[in-house]
Amino acid sequence: MNASTANRLTPYLFLAPAGVILLGALIYPIGYVIYASFLDWNPSQRIGEAAFVGLKNYKKLLGDGAFRESLWVTLKFAAVVVSAEMVLGVGLALLLDRKMRGMSILRTLFILPMMIAPIVVGLMWRYMYHPTIGIFNRTLVSLGFEPVPWLSDANWAFAAVVIADIWQWTPFIFILSLAALQSLPRSALEAARIDGATGWQTILYIKLPLMLPVLIVTMLLRLIDAFKVLEVILVMTNGGPGLATEILSLRINRTASEFRALGEAAAMSNILLMVLMSLTLAMFLYTKAMEARARAMRSQNDEEA
Amino acid sequence: MPEIRIENLRKAYGEHAVIEGLNLEMADGEFTVLVGPSGCGKSTTLRMIAGLESCSGGAILIDGRDVTHLEPKERGLAMVFQDYALYPHMNVAKNMSFALRLARYPAAEIDKRVREVARTLDLTPYLDRKPGELSGGQRQRVAMGRALVRDAGTFLFDEPLSNLDAKLRGHMRAELALMSRRIRKNMIYVTHDQVEAMTLGDRIVVMRHGKIMQAGSPEELYRRPANRFVAGFIGSPTMNFLKADLVAEGDRVVAVGQGFRFPFAAERSAALRSFVGRAVDVGIRPSGFIASEAPDALQLPVILSEYLGAQSIIISELGGARIAIEVNAPQPLTVGGTRGFEVAADGIHLFDSKTENAL
Repeated sequence: MNASTANRLTPYLFLAPAGVILLGALIYPIGYVIYASFLDWNPSQRIGEAAFVGLKNYKKLLGDGAFRESLWVTLKFAAVVVSAEMVLGVGLALLLDRKMRGMSILRTLFILPMMIAPIVVGLMWRYMYHPTIGIFNRTLVSLGFEPVPWLSDANWAFAAVVIADIWQWTPFIFILSLAALQSLPRSALEAARIDGATGWQTILYIKLPLMLPVLIVTMLLRLIDAFKVLEVILVMTNGGPGLATEILSLRINRTASEFRALGEAAAMSNILLMVLMSLTLAMFLYTKAMEARARAMRSQNDEEA
Repeated sequence: MPEIRIENLRKAYGEHAVIEGLNLEMADGEFTVLVGPSGCGKSTTLRMIAGLESCSGGAILIDGRDVTHLEPKERGLAMVFQDYALYPHMNVAKNMSFALRLARYPAAEIDKRVREVARTLDLTPYLDRKPGELSGGQRQRVAMGRALVRDAGTFLFDEPLSNLDAKLRGHMRAELALMSRRIRKNMIYVTHDQVEAMTLGDRIVVMRHGKIMQAGSPEELYRRPANRFVAGFIGSPTMNFLKADLVAEGDRVVAVGQGFRFPFAAERSAALRSFVGRAVDVGIRPSGFIASEAPDALQLPVILSEYLGAQSIIISELGGARIAIEVNAPQPLTVGGTRGFEVAADGIHLFDSKTENAL
């Protein structure tokens, strides 16, 4: 091997360990799941012993009412919690974006829920929602209201898990929105004041549009997370009553461990993966398109200059 | 009637006062330049006039109306910022029309005004562009356009040219001068560049440490600086200062320093008589030296010569201090040796060494 070939290959030599880890940690498991989704496979078999059934698992899922219900609950859950968290998180950030005594302590307090382990969050809320000894119902009863069947009524149970998720994840959006707000160009906000914008108009026409790129990424991250939520709901309702709170990851878990249908569970995972991938891809393409437009305008500008 | 009056204006951050009892009147249609080194309080003063910064004391009156505690939008001002402060997500037309849209002007009127201003600023081809797609000079013009479209009574400029390169800055300075002649509005312009101050201002206000050192026309400031600071700040290259003592010789007063003596004519001597015995700083502009073959001319060494084309700046030494001398010379001068110079009587400024005030 001559010197120039060696030089050319050196970078790949250094990249190789990272490449191996990537293959082992990322590509292999995903490939494994994709392959498994084409099998009729139960946990007592080794993967090699499972029968290849092609797209049968996927076909079965599309016709399965329980799966469709679960997918619908997941979509509904993600849409509701992410919308509510975005409104609350951005709203809080707009309110608290000011110099105030004790601001840093307040900010730390705000992000605490995010740092608690999801299992603990689930347990905490389960006790608070307890029909007789929970804080909510005791308060309601002491104020003379009827107790609410928080976790035993389908509609209330869905609301209950939504509330818990909002409590835990609004701080995430708050903290990122606040960072975005504080990095906005001060002079543009001052220019808006000179131009006669009121506080609301500044938020609507200047602050929110300028925060938009950060907000979109934040929303995407939250959406991906909301589609995969498991522990809190597992502990609080275990998907019930009925299928009211059985989000997809819970159903995947149950299909694999209770129904012992690993191939079907893998197919479900892949469908969830495809939903998330298409979301991310749409985002990615949108950003690319915006960048390309800006670049085209700039180069056209340079030619004229 | 003065359009803008500032009375006893004060600004303090905690204990630390940055503006101390500022009084200033700006006549209608006047181009006022606030100039001074960084940290002198000129930008803070402008921002207080704009309403972006609160006042710790005193009052600001526009057309006799006290606006000290009003919101910026209630003051009827337009402002051009140092970093242009364009709205990055709006195109040029939207940037320029933002204030009009907020004020709910009819769409046809907005469109007409934007097109008019865009034409005068050569921005018509760029109306659909976003600020990120424009060059520095174009952004600068959009910032001007945004102020112009509003037809405000007063225009505030906070170092609007300092982010441009030297060539473009010269060009925009001329454009700005032309524009101010054409629209004749109240303009208040903040800069640290004395060339901008001299070329643009009807009146220049020189500030230092939150106080006004002198306010007057460019010519007044150049010919009769009130103190050593203004003398040193205005004019390029800067004035030379030499240590000297005022001595009486018969009925004449003479400034005597190390290696030079400047006698004053009868009239000025009479005026200076009461200052005899004081230590003074003699100020002579680089252009105040006149080449001379006379036998009693100052013989000054040529330490260095900076050739600028039509002129050269000679770096020399007098009275123990480095001095600069501007000479008209079409060819580069040889370094070394000495040359004879005289100083015209009206080219000599005197400042009290202690108070720094002009004598």
